[in-house]
Amino acid sequence: MEYNIITSGSKIVIELTGRLDTTTAPKLDAFIHSSLEGINELCIDMERLEYISSAGLRVLLAAQRIMDKQGRMIITGCREEITEIFDITGFSDILTIE
Amino acid sequence: MKELFIEALTDNLDSVLAFVDEQLEATECSMKIQMQIDLAVEEIFVNIANYAYDPETGPATVRVDVAPDGTVVTITFVDNGVPYDPLAKADPDITLPAEQREIGGLGIFLVKKNMDDVSYEYVNGSNILTLKKGLRSEKK
Repeated sequence: MEYNIITSGSKIVIELTGRLDTTTAPKLDAFIHSSLEGINELCIDMERLEYISSAGLRVLLAAQRIMDKQGRMIITGCREEITEIFDITGFSDILTIE
Repeated sequence: MKELFIEALTDNLDSVLAFVDEQLEATECSMKIQMQIDLAVEEIFVNIANYAYDPETGPATVRVDVAPDGTVVTITFVDNGVPYDPLAKADPDITLPAEQREIGGLGIFLVKKNMDDVSYEYVNGSNILTLKKGLRSEKK
């Protein structure tokens, strides 16, 4: 997985590419836990994300909990396979998916 | 039938997935089905790597058996760690809001939802977990 960060003021966009799995999720988790101070809008762009496992869901849940306290989090560009994982796990109700 | 003998470490996940995907290649299953299988394999293998021999490490066997007509794959995981039936755990409550969500159990839940059949047995000191998935249908 690779990620690209676009920051403008109190807004961050994270563009994910590849696989968000057991091997790669800790990298995103570390970024999220160190970079959201003062941020009130987090957008995670999944247009190039091909795969997510429970390790990836765990990171998204952690990010959502942080953003629930200080602003909002939006998920964009999910492909069908990823949307299905969100639906199966009830994450569709927790996350704001556009 | 192909077998991979490997140390149960999360660092070996990519090798396990490469092995499984290699066996699936000849079946020409859809990307979606391959992704569902990869997901199940990751969740099960990582569980074994994290818990079976904790705090030590130990071996795992991953067996991939594609039916001769190419319509079904059976994937079996064997480890000799502590007896543990991941299917015995209750499914997580997927209706809870974010702050009350427990992340534990989500991996196994995804395995159950994405596979056509999942079974567990403990035989002669081995945990044996078997996944079955149709390669042609879009079932589940």
